[in-house]
Amino acid sequence: MRSVSIIGVGCTKFGERWDVSLRDMIGEAGVLAIEDAEIAGEQIDALFVGNMSGGRFVEQEHIGALIADCAGLSRMHIPSTRVEAACASGGLALRQAVLAVASGYHDIVIAAGVEKMTDVSSGTAADALAAAADREWECFFGATFPALYAMMARLHMRRFGTTHDQMAQVAVKNHHHACYNPIAQYHMEISIEDVNRSSLVADPLRILDCSPISDGAAAVVLAPTETARRFADTPIRIVGSAQASDTLALHDRRDLTTLDATVHAGRAAFAQAGIEPRQVDVAEVHDCFTIAEILAIEDLGFVEKGQGGKATEEGLTALGSSLPVNTSGGLKACGHPVGATGIKQAYEIVLQLRGEAGKRQVDEADIGLIHNVGGSGGTALVHILAR
Amino acid sequence: MVSGIVSYGVYIPRFRIRLDEIARVWGDGEEVAEGLRVFEKSVPDLDEDAVTIAVEAARNALQRANVDPHRIGAIYAGSESHPYAVKPTGTIVGQAVCSSSSFTAADFEFACKAGTAAVQACLGLVSSKMIDLGLAIGTDVSQGAPGDMLEYTAAAGGAAYLIGREDLAAEIEGFYSFTTDTPDFWRREGMPYPEHSGRFTGEPAYFKHVVSAARGLMERLGTKPDDYDYAVFHQPNGKFPVRVADMLGFSKKQIEPGMIVPMIGNTYSASSLIGLAATLDIAKPGDRIFVTSFGSGAGSDAFSIAVKDRIEEIRCQAPSVQDYIGSAEYLDYAMYAKHKGKLRI
Repeated sequence: MRSVSIIGVGCTKFGERWDVSLRDMIGEAGVLAIEDAEIAGEQIDALFVGNMSGGRFVEQEHIGALIADCAGLSRMHIPSTRVEAACASGGLALRQAVLAVASGYHDIVIAAGVEKMTDVSSGTAADALAAAADREWECFFGATFPALYAMMARLHMRRFGTTHDQMAQVAVKNHHHACYNPIAQYHMEISIEDVNRSSLVADPLRILDCSPISDGAAAVVLAPTETARRFADTPIRIVGSAQASDTLALHDRRDLTTLDATVHAGRAAFAQAGIEPRQVDVAEVHDCFTIAEILAIEDLGFVEKGQGGKATEEGLTALGSSLPVNTSGGLKACGHPVGATGIKQAYEIVLQLRGEAGKRQVDEADIGLIHNVGGSGGTALVHILAR
Repeated sequence: MVSGIVSYGVYIPRFRIRLDEIARVWGDGEEVAEGLRVFEKSVPDLDEDAVTIAVEAARNALQRANVDPHRIGAIYAGSESHPYAVKPTGTIVGQAVCSSSSFTAADFEFACKAGTAAVQACLGLVSSKMIDLGLAIGTDVSQGAPGDMLEYTAAAGGAAYLIGREDLAAEIEGFYSFTTDTPDFWRREGMPYPEHSGRFTGEPAYFKHVVSAARGLMERLGTKPDDYDYAVFHQPNGKFPVRVADMLGFSKKQIEPGMIVPMIGNTYSASSLIGLAATLDIAKPGDRIFVTSFGSGAGSDAFSIAVKDRIEEIRCQAPSVQDYIGSAEYLDYAMYAKHKGKLRI
């Protein structure tokens, strides 16, 4: 297997992008990534795109061919593949692109992600997202995603003494980080009191514990590490790429306070990279709800199980500390266009490792981790990047 | 040619429902009213509709300036709740206020700005001397589906403006419209309640159009917010007009007299026109008023208005907006549902 590097990245502004369409956004992100890599369209061998539900959100399927067409590459007839793993669709596209280059099958491959969620009502969007859960055994009985994560939160609170203020601190921190990120959906600081006063969604989760509905697209360009320096001054190596699955329904899990898919993907990625969690300098983790970030930093081995809330409260994961988590603002404040999120995470970590993250730059960032989850943990992907 | 407002009249049904009462039924919290900055909304009586409200408002306008209804050469009634799909509201109003039969009439529909569009049409006919007086009306018994956010604000009310060239209570110095195809809110033929695109109704609809029309007019006239004593913006809720005033550089003090939505809700085609009437109720000769409507679909009409001496003579000859707001009878949700025809037997 060949070593693979990222030679270019691009990401659109995230948010309520009412003035642009899905195809506009994928074009914008693709052009940014290609320009960043300084490659020509003719050099691209294959495309992968993560998209959860174009069919439900904009009544458009067949996103693979669409993005090749939008990129002006239809005459080259290159393979272009859409992949789907709910909110982990972007991370899955990245992994498919990594495998394509690592195997020697292709050289220059684009991994992209896109979702246009605000063209439908919030009710329709919530129902489309609920398709990532077990429709027959969860949704038909009234479960929604906030409700599923609320159950995880309640057990975590009961078992480990985690408080809602500790969860709220995840949102406060990520909103603060987002203020330094030009592409973030929200540029507004919030307080723990703001979170506690916001509307209750599913006890104990309030609206400010939840990531928003967003539009956005992102793309990265991959190349074999052996030739990456021809394209980029600072190619970023992908030193670990792992994917794991678990039961679709939450109630079938071994433990509600652990995402085993994250644990397995994390272990495999760290083994590939040959590093320990403590060596990671910066991480983007899947904070679809505030409790999810607490679970993630535990399941990835950054802190002991049960200590995620306390660690967050003590500032371990804030900018300026030893392990800044979600410097982009995370899903919570940068926004969560579901198919694009995994690629945006890669975009953020590449900027950090290149030293191009501006006011949110982490000092001496050499190793970064990205963690992308589908549904309530039926799929998890972990990638480890190094400069 | 100087044209403007010869007289004006409003009508607001006396029934109200508190937003907390609606929230009680749907299991929403008290924060709904606080979030919308609307606390009560007007409800029509069992036998009131957009026509009866238009007639009341038109009668008040005629009475206020003691105008001979035979001078009216055009009646344009704007509403999104005309009781007939085919058969005009304007003809019923004309007959009811005893106009001659020598007038033109048509009903207007442009969501919440059909009333200001009617004012513009009258201005054209009056300024070109094709008619002596035009009667422009915004009237609505607006619809909100049970449980929908719209139900919290969809209210009932009307405003009528007599547009002419002589004996002006206020001169209309100019107007500017900004219109695009923006599907933020709609009701299809035969459907009982409108649909809307949630948050899309804010930034790309209300704010874009109100700001563009307002800035367009100020640029055309070479005016700025400080040149106006008062301002009125369409009031779908209590938040949007405050925010858009701030975006444009108008103060809370300038919009305060015309802010009627917290007490009566969104009267749709009548909203900005009742807000203007409430401002005319207290304005002094020489004052200038800036008015911008908004209609989903979408468009905004901005007007620059200069108040004349005559306002002092006519002001007290008909009920003021505050007179209507002050006489309220409260309904519970059951009676409200009956009044609004939500109970199908």
